[in-house]
This record gives sequence, C-alpha cells and structure tokens, in this order.
Amino acid sequence: MVKQITANQVLDCKGLACPMPIVRTKKAMDALKPGEVIEMQATDKGSLADIQGWAINTGHHYIGTLYEGEILKHFIRKASTDEEKEDHPYARTIDNQSVIGMLEAKAKLLILDVREPVEFAFIHIPGAVSIPLGDLDSRMNELVPDEEIYVICRTGKRSNYACRLLSEKGYRVTNVIPGMSQWNGPTEQTGQYPI
Amino acid sequence: MTTILEHGQPIKMPAEAVARAIINQLPLFILDVRNSSDYDNWKIEGIRVESVNIPYFDLLEGVDSALPLLPTDNRRVLVVCAKEGSSQFVAEQLVALGLSNIYFLQGGMKAWSEHLEPVRIGALESGGELYQFVRLGKGCLSYMLISGGEAAVVDPLRMTDVFEEFAKQRGVQIKHTLDTHLHADHISGGRRLAENNGANYWLPSKDAEDVTFHYHPLDEGNQITVGNTRIAIQPIYSPGHTIGSTSIIIDGKYLLSGDILFVESIGRPDLAGNASDWADHLRTTLYDKYRALSDELIVLPAHFGKTTELGEGGKVSARLGDLYATNPGLNMGNEDAFRLAVTTNLPSQPHAYQEIRKVNMGFIQPSAEEQREMEIGPNRCAIHD
Repeated sequence: MVKQITANQVLDCKGLACPMPIVRTKKAMDALKPGEVIEMQATDKGSLADIQGWAINTGHHYIGTLYEGEILKHFIRKASTDEEKEDHPYARTIDNQSVIGMLEAKAKLLILDVREPVEFAFIHIPGAVSIPLGDLDSRMNELVPDEEIYVICRTGKRSNYACRLLSEKGYRVTNVIPGMSQWNGPTEQTGQYPI
Repeated sequence: MTTILEHGQPIKMPAEAVARAIINQLPLFILDVRNSSDYDNWKIEGIRVESVNIPYFDLLEGVDSALPLLPTDNRRVLVVCAKEGSSQFVAEQLVALGLSNIYFLQGGMKAWSEHLEPVRIGALESGGELYQFVRLGKGCLSYMLISGGEAAVVDPLRMTDVFEEFAKQRGVQIKHTLDTHLHADHISGGRRLAENNGANYWLPSKDAEDVTFHYHPLDEGNQITVGNTRIAIQPIYSPGHTIGSTSIIIDGKYLLSGDILFVESIGRPDLAGNASDWADHLRTTLYDKYRALSDELIVLPAHFGKTTELGEGGKVSARLGDLYATNPGLNMGNEDAFRLAVTTNLPSQPHAYQEIRKVNMGFIQPSAEEQREMEIGPNRCAIHD
C-alpha cells in the first residue's frame, strides 16, 4: 500500500491569480521551521514556472509538482541554515559514482535515505529505505547493526548528521556525497507520485 | 460627473496604447516582472523600447532593488506581466515609493498577444480598399479587402470579433475568408469567421488533405471576386513553407505572400514536415516563380519578425523588386547554399506548433483559454530569428 505523503503544511491557493500564490507561499514559508515542507495547491498554470524560479532565487528546495486534474500541487522544502554548517564532518564518505558502480555490479547495498517523505516520494534510489532525519532517533531499531549502511540525502548535510548519530550508537555507516541533488544513477518514484 | 483622481495609483495602460507608442516610435521603458524564461522567450519589442526583467517573486520583500535599473529621465515606465496581477502589484509599490509615470499593462502579455492594429495599405482600382491588421505581440499579419459592400479576409486570426467589428463599422459584409496555407504558429480564425458570417472559407487543397471540415479549394485558376466592382483575387501556387502554400495577387498590384516571403527573411520549410523535402519547392517559388512576377508588386506577408520591419503607420510591406536587392533569403547563391540555409540552424519552432496545426485541421477543439495558451510566444515562421 502506498503511504499517503503529507507535508508539514498545506496551503490552498486554488483560484488565486498571480502574484497571490507566491505571495502567500512566501508568507507561509516564513512561519515554517527550516527543513519543513509546504504543499501549495494552485490552479494558475503559471505558478509552476514561478514557484521554481522563486525557490531557486531564495534557496528553498523545489521538490516537485503533482497534477490532479486542474489542480497543481507544488512541494517546497524550506531552506535549512543549520544544514549548511559543515562542522564535524563524518569521516567515512563515498561519492555517488562509486555507489552507482557497486549498484551496477549488482552489489546488494542497504541505502538509507534520510530526506523528507515527500522528497523521497518524488525521486529515490530503487530499494532505498526511507527514514527522515527527524524520525531517526525513534526508528533506529528498524536498521540492522552489523550491516554497512550507505546514508544519503539531497546534498550530503543531513546524511552527515545521520551518520554521526548512527555511528555513536554503534552502526556501521558511510555518507554518500554529494547525494541525490547530483545523482545520475537509477531512480524510481513512489507509485502515485509521478512528476 | 466628477472624477476624483486617486493620488498615488499606477495607471493602467491598454495594449492599444502600447501598440501606438511602438508604431509612433515613442520612448517607453518596460519593467517585465515575469519569470526569466518567459521573458527570454518572448517580450515586447520596439525601436525605442528599452526593457529589463526582474521577476515579481524577487520583489516580494520590496521593490527597492528594482530602483537602480529604472530610467532617471522622464520616460514612462510600463510594468508588464503575464496576465496583469503581478505587474499591478509591483507598480503599486513603485508608486508608494514616490515614483511617478508608472503604468502597468492591462491584461498583461495575454492581451498584448491578442491586440490587432488595423493599418490602411491603400486604395484598389474601382474604389476598393485594402487593410492590414498588425498583431504586434506575435508578428502576425491579416488582411481585409473591401469592395462594393463586400469584404474578404486573408489569413484571419483567432480574434474574429475584431474583423467583424471592422466590417460592421464600414457597412460591409464578409463574403470570403482565405488562409494562404495551414498555419502552424497561430490558430486560424478563417473557418469561424466564415461560419459566423455565411461566407466561404478557402484553403489550399494540398494543405487540406486531412482536414475534417468543408472548404473551398484556394487553388491556382480559381479566381475569387469581391463586390460588384470585381476585384480579382488571383491564387498562385507557391509551395515551400507548406506543400500547399498559395500566394494571392490582388488587383494586379499586391502580392500577399503568406509565409513564403517576408520583408527581411523567407519562410521556413520544416514546420509541416521534412525541411529537406520542401527546400527545393521553396527555392523554385522564390527564385523562379516569384522572379517572373512584376517587380512593381507590393509584397504583403503574413508575418514580420522584428519591429524594424514596421513602416509608416505600422504597415509591413515592400516592393518585390526591392526585396530581390535587400532580402538575404533571395540572395543565397547556388542551390546547395540555399538548401543548407533553410534546413540547418533554424530558430526553435513556434510554441505548441503541432497542436496548433491539429486545431487548424479540425482534429481538436481546445477551449478559448487553451487556444490562448497555445499561441503564447513569437511566430518563428521565418528562417531568421
């Protein structure tokens, strides 16, 4: 069964004309915590190019858009300033290409994706396990302690944090850098969430 | 009635006023607040138009960052967006900062794309008149020939009410509508205009093989007359842009060249099929068939590419003999050079051109809003940008 993906906030901008969808999204985003995801629903087709342009210029992460009839559902993740700090880098890293190489050699890898469920739904590595960073503490027991875990996020920052957390608890982990933002290996989407 | 002029409000400028400013070469500064890809693809242009692009979503924190880019002289500043809302939003903030001479485009680029400016081309023998309708926003040109209480419209655009209103004002009845070819850049108003007015719709039969509707074949030898004074519309088969492309000579004086020959360029042969198949047809039409016509014919094309092609009063026309001297498309040397020029390095195709062809063939019937959306952007029917 496909799990229903929920954003931290759903913002209804249906029926609103430009510039209101973006004006309201900006306002709502200001109130969100860094890393949280908003789902903005609009009927103005122009909102697609505008939300993408706005996200790029503000540093927020445009995750993707779902189409449901006339409704466009845009998912955006608020920029996280904490993530940008690269203090305490976790020592064991592997680059995207090496992981792709192992996957091509049919190696059976345990890939842990610590991005938000919506980000995961839009694009992820086939077979990857999804546990968002925020749930990692409580769901750590779902992971097998002896197996090597390759941890990935969008840019390598959240996964760095996850690696340090897991390694303190005795897990064997490697951080995949730079992560999904540069990933050109195989991907898939969760059933009902095609882009 | 007393009008109270509200202090500190930006002024709504209709597309018509923008058109007049461009045609009369008045200075205009445009702040285009659409996203950059839309701006790069298509914008308002004119000889004395200067424009900058700052997306409205970069001005949500305030418009201060736009100020250094605005003119310091007393030029009018027109804020432009896709539909109107965002330009008004930005214009109001500029006015709130104390700026004057701030306007926003009524109806946005959507209205701009649909505005038609009628320009009189000239009188015809025995009392008729010929008008050109300039669609500045997209570079399309339609024509209306009036004679003896009747009218024929050539390459009519989707905005059929404009032609109907124009005919009504002059007390003439639209009897014929003609398309010089199956258009790929815009949705033809030919069929609807004919249906609404009980007129005949003419289309070249070689471009109409798959169409789903009744039409009269606009083929060489089938002469059409308008009005009692028998103004002759003489079709000339001139393939190249499409296989059926047909030019028409009106009154032995005007050559309506469709998308075969423009003032500063020539038609591209790739929108309806295979460019290399039709390159030779295009060359034969331009270098042999047109060459044999009188140099004195006034060429009236179905498009223009740049605002430099707009002449007096906004009209787009040129003497055929002059074009043989100045138009690069008519001076391409041997057949190989010509073939290379019309099949390689062509500009990108018009927006949604395949869907537009389907609409013009009667296969699909999109809503008015969808048709508007399909036509967004420049016409791109010439081999030069």
